[in-house]
Amino acid sequence: MTSPSGASILGDVAVTRTLRTGARRVVELLATPLVPADYLDVIAPLSNPAVLRARVESVRPETRDSVTLVLRPGRGWRPHEPGQYVRLGVDVDGVRLWRSYSLTSPPADRDGRIAVTVNAIPGGTVSNHLVRHARPGLLLHLDAPAGDFVLPRPRPAKVLFVTAGSGITPVMGMLRSALSELDDVVVVHSAPTAEDAVFGADLRALAAQGRIRLIERHTRADGRIKPADVAALVPDLFERHTWACGPNEMLDDLESHWHAAGESGRLHTERFRPALVVVGDGGTVTFGRTGTVVEAGGGVPLLEAGEEAGVLMPSGCRMGICYSCVLPLRSGAVRDLRDGQITTAEPEADVLVQTCISAAAGPCHLDI
Amino acid sequence: MTTLQHKKVNPIAHLTAEDIEAIGRELDAIRDEVVASRGERDAAYIRKVISVQRRLELASRGVLLFSLFPPAWIVGTAGLSVAKILENMEIGHNVMHGQWDWMRDPKIHSTAWEWDHVSPAAQWKHSHNELHHTYTNVIGRDNDLGYGIMRVDEDQRWHPAHLGQPLYNFINACFFEYGIAAYDLELGRNLATKERRRNPKFRAAVKQVRRKIGKQVLKDYIVFPALSGPSFLHTLAANFTANLVRNLWAHSVIMCGHFPYGVETFEKKSIEGETRGEWYLRQMLGSANISGSRLMHIMTGNLSHQIEHHLFPDLPSNRYAEIAPKVKDLFQRYGLSYTSGPLPKQVASAWAKVFRLSLPNRKADRERVAPQPDATPANRGPATRWQRTPAAN
Repeated sequence: MTSPSGASILGDVAVTRTLRTGARRVVELLATPLVPADYLDVIAPLSNPAVLRARVESVRPETRDSVTLVLRPGRGWRPHEPGQYVRLGVDVDGVRLWRSYSLTSPPADRDGRIAVTVNAIPGGTVSNHLVRHARPGLLLHLDAPAGDFVLPRPRPAKVLFVTAGSGITPVMGMLRSALSELDDVVVVHSAPTAEDAVFGADLRALAAQGRIRLIERHTRADGRIKPADVAALVPDLFERHTWACGPNEMLDDLESHWHAAGESGRLHTERFRPALVVVGDGGTVTFGRTGTVVEAGGGVPLLEAGEEAGVLMPSGCRMGICYSCVLPLRSGAVRDLRDGQITTAEPEADVLVQTCISAAAGPCHLDI
Repeated sequence: MTTLQHKKVNPIAHLTAEDIEAIGRELDAIRDEVVASRGERDAAYIRKVISVQRRLELASRGVLLFSLFPPAWIVGTAGLSVAKILENMEIGHNVMHGQWDWMRDPKIHSTAWEWDHVSPAAQWKHSHNELHHTYTNVIGRDNDLGYGIMRVDEDQRWHPAHLGQPLYNFINACFFEYGIAAYDLELGRNLATKERRRNPKFRAAVKQVRRKIGKQVLKDYIVFPALSGPSFLHTLAANFTANLVRNLWAHSVIMCGHFPYGVETFEKKSIEGETRGEWYLRQMLGSANISGSRLMHIMTGNLSHQIEHHLFPDLPSNRYAEIAPKVKDLFQRYGLSYTSGPLPKQVASAWAKVFRLSLPNRKADRERVAPQPDATPANRGPATRWQRTPAAN
């Protein structure tokens, strides 16, 4: 019996590879100056491997102010770890805004779908838009899942979750996928009232089945929960690994309590809201890559402030029409000197501002 | 205050400095209104245009694979011509102006867009967005005035070489995208001396253009024809025709923007220390519109609203038609002429100028451009075009 020699197999592989590379080059050439995926986007936007998108398959109301969006992610999505979040790019009034939301589904159901749960924050542009206007068929942009608020392997023997408000969302993701691997779970969850508790019914059902011990706190009646309350409700507190998610004040309290007991290693926290952007008139401008820092007045274009400090700023028309001077705003806020409009930086997203007609509106950081 | 003063009839003699700043304030108010109402409707518009253009291009190229059959050749060539026009004019030109940057969509953004044209986006943005739009119709600063090969204003000095300009203009129209690439490279200036020819910056720019030309040629004249098999030559001819149609169309529309009768030009000195109001006024006097149907406006990339485009080059193109009545009303109230006309009339008017100015100025013209005392103060300091004039109390 003969078998093909190793060399010829390798030869075939090389030929196939060359053919494939050649074919790809030709297709790229056919699409120039665009890329082939740009044409694919018109017909099948979920098939673009370079741009991750998802389509809303269904919208499930959770409470008056929250909804769960069941999403079908496109090509390129890799399954998340329960407890992680995903950044969603949502077009609100035509403008793409990015926000992070916890994944509340198991890594991927049989159909490859995932779910996020969105709580409408008072004044929150994106959360309110999604809660009020998200409909099946809506196309969203997304990033790879991220975050280290996850359960370790092997799973700890005893687990405590302390959550408040929408802080339950990453924990729900964990409970839905890993509860069968956890023996002893206590959930201390705060919400303004019983009806306002996101996933209230799901949690109560799990408690009724005896799979978790649920302690609900209704803050409108009983006030905000303190570490001492948690300690009283959960006597074996420090025997447990604790995952906590909720408002910053609650997390600060918990962290100092665990720190005082020398048990910081057993507390894992997740903070949702970044520090609010300070909007003022003029401010400290940091030119990140050059390391230059200047104080700029509220009426001075950033372009001039940079040039005076010796930064090699890109420039053009100097009147706001040619877009040669745009730079990414990494943090802070700027004011359009023509109409006073404020533009604020978005976490981890490039917001490009025209430096020739923008002035500092509080401390800000430009990437140059 | 401007060169207009030495025209026979100065079109702005009746305006005071205060009037000019008031015009600026009114135009800023129109701009603010559009910016405040930009939203989902506009985003849907540009996405729709892009989607239609790409589908049309795919379908036309698909049909052209069978271009051996005359009906396929005709349909495919017509479709591809329209697709190429849309791609350059309503999409490429306008996206690169930053008209859609506010959507924060990295795929439809002035910093990322590349177009089906032999001039690379970066070079185009510099010569067009920055130079032409800031220094519109300023002789010696705006090279769009005749593209450096023609004389299109009485104030430009005549040279015997201008006798051939109707021919140059026709050749330029046929190969317009190459003309623009040469123009963006400032070939005339940069090839003039050995030192400039060897400038590394210039050489790098030439290399970019050569690479872009190479890719476009390979795509339109080799790969697509090759894919058509027995229809090779027919597809090649179809693609050449589509490029020719696109070039002729773009050239005609662009000629109508600044060359027709009634459009004014300005002297370098007149823009020293220019205010926002004065800049707006220069755009108003230096541009001309084309009247027509909605389809016509889309096919010109809304450059048929050249006046509105020059006043607000970064507002979404679909809004120009909406603000046009307000702008026209402003022209009327301040006694300025809003130059506009149907395409054939404007094209004829622009061509007439090209022919007329291929000859030296007539005696009457010479009188008209006789040097006169310049009313502009010696130096008014740097221009403050970005600064709005505070409302008068």
